[in-house]
Amino acid sequence: MSRIECDVAVIGAGPAGLAAAERAKQSGAGRVILLDRDRELGGILNQCIHNGFGLQLLAQELTGPEYAEHFINKTFDSGVETMLNTMVLDVTRDRQIIAINSDEGLMRIDAEAIILAMGARERNRGAVTIPGTRPAGVFTAGAAQRFINMEGYMPGRRVVILGSGDIGLIMARRMTWEGAKVEAVLEILPFPSGLTRNIVQCLDDQGIPLYLSHTVISVKGEERVEGVTVARVDENLKPVPGSEWDIECDTLLLSIGLIPENELSREAGVELDAVTGGPVVTDEMETSVPGIFACGNVVHIHDLVDNVTREAWAAGEGAARLVTGKQPRGATIRTRAGDGIRYVVPHVVHVQNLADRDVRLFMRATHPAENVRVEVVVGDNVLFSKFERVVRPAEMLALTIPAGKISEQAIADAGRRGEEGSKNGPELVVRVTPRDVHKRGGVQA
Amino acid sequence: MAATKRITADVVVIGAGIVGTAIARELSKYELSVVLVEKEADVAFGTTKANTALVHAGYDADPGTLKAKLNVAGNALYPKITQELGVLYKNTGSLVVALDEDQMLHIHELKIRGEKNGVPRLEVIPAERLLELEPHVNPDAVGALWAPTGGITCPWELAIAYTENAVLNGARVLLSSPVIGIDVHEGRVTTVHCPNISIDARFVVNAAGVWADDIERMAGRDDFEVTPRRGEYYLFDKRASRIVARPLFPVPTPFSKGIVVAPTVDGNLLAGPNSVLTGRKDDYATTAPGLAEVLEGARKLIPDLPVREAITNFAGLRAVAEPGGDFIIGVSPGLSNFINAAGIQSPGLTAAPAIAEMVRDILSDVGLELMEKPDFDPIRKRPLRFTELTREEQARMVAEDPKWGHIICRCETVTEAEIVAALHSPVPCTTVDGVKFRTRAGAGRCQGGFCGPRVVAIIARELGIPVEKVTKKGGKSRIVMGPSKEPLLECSCSVEGMEKEVGDDV
Ligand SMILES: Cc1cc2nc3c(=O)[nH]c(=O)nc-3n(C[C@H](O)[C@H](O)[C@H](O)COP(=O)(O)OP(=O)(O)OC[C@H]3O[C@@H](n4cnc5c(N)ncnc54)[C@H](O)[C@@H]3O)c2cc1C
Ligand SMILES: Cc1cc2nc3c(=O)[nH]c(=O)nc-3n(C[C@H](O)[C@H](O)[C@H](O)COP(=O)(O)OP(=O)(O)OC[C@H]3O[C@@H](n4cnc5c(N)ncnc54)[C@H](O)[C@@H]3O)c2cc1C
Repeated sequence: MSRIECDVAVIGAGPAGLAAAERAKQSGAGRVILLDRDRELGGILNQCIHNGFGLQLLAQELTGPEYAEHFINKTFDSGVETMLNTMVLDVTRDRQIIAINSDEGLMRIDAEAIILAMGARERNRGAVTIPGTRPAGVFTAGAAQRFINMEGYMPGRRVVILGSGDIGLIMARRMTWEGAKVEAVLEILPFPSGLTRNIVQCLDDQGIPLYLSHTVISVKGEERVEGVTVARVDENLKPVPGSEWDIECDTLLLSIGLIPENELSREAGVELDAVTGGPVVTDEMETSVPGIFACGNVVHIHDLVDNVTREAWAAGEGAARLVTGKQPRGATIRTRAGDGIRYVVPHVVHVQNLADRDVRLFMRATHPAENVRVEVVVGDNVLFSKFERVVRPAEMLALTIPAGKISEQAIADAGRRGEEGSKNGPELVVRVTPRDVHKRGGVQA
Repeated sequence: MAATKRITADVVVIGAGIVGTAIARELSKYELSVVLVEKEADVAFGTTKANTALVHAGYDADPGTLKAKLNVAGNALYPKITQELGVLYKNTGSLVVALDEDQMLHIHELKIRGEKNGVPRLEVIPAERLLELEPHVNPDAVGALWAPTGGITCPWELAIAYTENAVLNGARVLLSSPVIGIDVHEGRVTTVHCPNISIDARFVVNAAGVWADDIERMAGRDDFEVTPRRGEYYLFDKRASRIVARPLFPVPTPFSKGIVVAPTVDGNLLAGPNSVLTGRKDDYATTAPGLAEVLEGARKLIPDLPVREAITNFAGLRAVAEPGGDFIIGVSPGLSNFINAAGIQSPGLTAAPAIAEMVRDILSDVGLELMEKPDFDPIRKRPLRFTELTREEQARMVAEDPKWGHIICRCETVTEAEIVAALHSPVPCTTVDGVKFRTRAGAGRCQGGFCGPRVVAIIARELGIPVEKVTKKGGKSRIVMGPSKEPLLECSCSVEGMEKEVGDDV
C-alpha cells in the first residue's frame, strides 16, 4: 500500500470539492489533493447539460459542464493535485484515508485536514415504498439522465415521472426533446419541489401535465413497465380511495429527492443532523470531528450550484486556517431553526467570526409564504433580518450577516434578557415572520 | 425457425430453483448424464430468490410429515454443504417470541413438537434472557423458544453454487428453456421438449416449484394442484442490521410461521412475509395492504423497526400443494420414471439438501444405477469478493489486475473484476439481476441507481451484444430502448474494449 501525506485532502470533485480545494490552496495550505471516483472532474454537473448554472456567482447562464469548466481551470491553476478514478473506501477520525484506483492500487493518505464533498445520491423506490411489480423501466431520474446524456441511450418512450424535483423536471423536458412522450409528472405534496423556472420551462412550455397531491400507488408489468396506477392523496398524504386511475407507460422515473452521501462520514464518527442528513458543521464548515470539514450536497441538499460554491469556499478557508494555525478561538453560539424554518446550516457559529467577517447562513422554509421577514433572533431580540417576497421549501434561503453586525456584546445582552434557548446558553434562532408584525428593534438589511 | 436440437440424458431435472439445483448436484456425483432445464434466464429466479433465507431448526412442521423429517435432516447438512460450496451460512440460532402467557403455552407446545421432530437442544427461555440476547425486542415479551440449530444463508448463492458444482462435475444446464411438452409412451416419460431442444430422457425429475402441477399435467397426470400463496417483504439498509442478531419469529399461525424479523448473511435486515392466496403463478407484485401488514407484524416483535431505512420490497410465492399440504416427493402414480419434487413450500430451502438425497434414492429404487464418479470434486470455490479481502489482499489483486481497482457498485463496493468474473463463471449470467445475485452490485442502498448504467455497459462489452439487448432478467425486460438522438457527451462509463471470452454453451 503506498503512503501519501498532505495538508488537505478533498473527497469528491464536484463543484463543492473543486471550490474547496482551490480555496484551501489559495488560502495558504501546502499540498492539497482532490480525489474523485469518477473519470472526470465536475461531479453531477457533467450530466446536467441544461442551462441555469452560475446566474448568481458568475452572472451568466451556463450549462453544468461549463460551470464546472470554470472551476476546474481555477483548480488546476492554483496547483491542486487531482486523482481521478479513485474511490475513497475509508476515512478515520485521525484523518487517514484509504483509497483505491486501478493504476496505483490501494493507498493510504494522511492529511492534516480532510474536506468531505461526496455529494448526494438519489432516493429510490424502496425509500418511498411503491407497491406493485419490479420490472425493468423504473429509474431514478439521475440514472436516466446518465443514460441519455452520457451514454446516448433512451431509457424509455412513454414516461411517467414521480416527484417534481429539479432533476425530474429537467428530465421531463429532455425526454420530450428526445422524442419520448412524458404522460405526467406527479407530486405528492400540494406544491412543487423543484424551482419555479423549471416548472415553467420544463413542464408548462412542453405541455406536460403536473398533478399536485398525487402519487403512484402501483407499478404494473412483469418484464418491462407497462403502466402505473396513480391516485390523489389527502392532507395526510394517503391515497384517496376511488380517485385512482391507470396511465400506460414503459418507464417510471423517480425524482423524489436526494440523500447526502455520508457513509464515509459515519465511519469517521462525524455527528449527523437528522433533518439535513448531513454533518453538523460550524461556520468554518468543520464537523464534530476536529480537522474534518464538509461542504456541498454532502452537508445539505442544494438547489443552486452557486450556493454550493460559496459554502465550499468557507470550507476551503476553514481547512486552510486549521493547517496554518489560524482557526478562530473563543466562544461559539449554536443556531436553531425557529418558526417557519426547517433547518439552518451551519449549526454552530464562532462569535469572533461574526465580528471579523461576513457569516453566511443557509436555510429552508417549512412551507411556502409571501411577504415575510427572515429574522435572526437571540433571546427575544431580532439582531438581523431580511425581507423576502416569497419563500419556498424548494428554494434554499441564504442570509449573509455582515461583519460586525452582531457583536459579542449584543449576543451576551440578548442572551441575558431572553428566555428562549436558555438551557443551551444563547442560540441564534432563524425564523420567518409576516412582514407587518411589529419589529422589536431589529436591524434591517 | 431453427431446427430443434435433440439430445439424450439419463436424468432431466426440470426447474433450477434450490430443489432442482440441489438434485442436479447430487446426481453429478455419479456416472450419469444430467441435464437441468430452466425457463428463466438464470437459475434461482423463481421462489428461490424471494424468501426469508432461514435455515429452520424444524420445530414447526407436524411430526411425521416429509416437511418435518426433511427439515431436520436438511438443517444438519447445512454446515458441510455450505462449506463445500463456498456459500455464506451463519448458525445464529433462532427465537420464537411469546408476547403473552397464552402464547407462552404455544411455545411449550412448539418445543414438544420440535422434540418429536428430532430438533436438538430446544429450550424455553425467560424474558430476561431474551432481552439479553435481543435488546430491541418488544419489552412486553414474556419468553421465547430458543432453537440453537436455526440459521441464515443466501438461497440464490446456494442455488448458483449447486449449479456451478454440478456443471464442474459434468452436468449440463439449459437456461431460457421452458419445458413446453413431455412425451409419454406406455407409462414412461420418453422426451422433454423445450422450444429449441428436445431431450430424450430415461428419468425426469419435476422440480418446477409453483409450476410443478402444470409440468405433471404435460405428462398426462393430474395428481395435485399447486396454489401460490404470496409473501411480501421489506428489506432494510445494512445500517439497520444491528437491530437483531438472529431471526425472531412470532408464535406461528396455521398458515405460516408468521412475520419474521431477521438479519441476512449479507448484513441487511429483512421483515416479512405475510401470507395471501393469489390466483396467479407469476404474481410477484407487492401490495399496499400487504406491505402494511408486514410492517405491523414486524413491529410487534421490534417496535422500533427502522422503517426509514427501507431500501426495497419484494414478494415470493409459496407452492402450496393440495391435497395434503405436505411436500410431494415420489414417483408420479402411473409414470414409472417421472419423479415429483413438488409442493416444496417452506421449509424447502432448509430441506433442499435432504430432498436431493431422497430423490437420488427414489431414482435408484426405480432403476437408475448409481455409480460413483471417482473424480467427483465436491468443492466449489467461493468467488473472490473485494469486501471479503484484507487490505493487503486487495492491494495484491489490483496489482495483478487493474479491474480490481475499479469500483463499480459504490454501496456494496463491488469491483469491475468481480462483475467480469461473474459474466464468465461456470454458469455465466447474462442479465443485470444475474450480476446482482452473483456479485451484489446493485443490491445495496441505492439499488443500482449509481451502478446500473455501468453494469449494463460491462454486460454489453463482455457478452459482445448491443447495449439495447441487455435485460434486467431476460425476456422483454430490456433496460434501454435504443440510442438517444444526440449523445452529447462521450460515454464516461463504457469501459475500454476487451477481447471477449466466449462462455460455455450453457
Ligand atoms: C440533475 C440536477 C440538476 C441541477 N440543476 C441545477 C441548475 O440548473 N442550476 C444550479 O445552480 N444547480 C443545479 N443543481 C444543483 C447543483 O448542481 C448540485 O447541488 C451540486 O452539483 C452539488 O455539488 P457537490 O459537489 O456537493 O456534489 P456532486 O456534484 O454530486 O459531487 C460529488 C462528487 O463526489 C464524488 N465522490 C463521492 N463519494 C466518493 C468517494 N467515496 N470517493 C471518491 N469520490 C467520491 C462523486 O463522484 C462526485 O463527483 C442541479 C443538480 C442536479 C443533480
Ligand atoms: C415467502 C416465502 C418464505 C420462505 N421462507 C423460507 C425460509 O426462510 N426457509 C426455508 O427453508 N424455506 C423458505 N421458503 C420456502 C423456499 O423458498 C422454497 O421451498 C424453495 O425456494 C422452493 O424451491 P424450488 O426449487 O422448489 O422452487 P423455485 O425456486 O420456484 O424453482 C422452480 C423453478 O422451476 C422453473 N420452472 C417452472 N416451470 C418451468 C418450465 N415449464 N420449464 C422449465 N423450468 C420451469 C421456475 O422458473 C423456477 O426457477 C419460503 C418460501 C416463501 C414463498
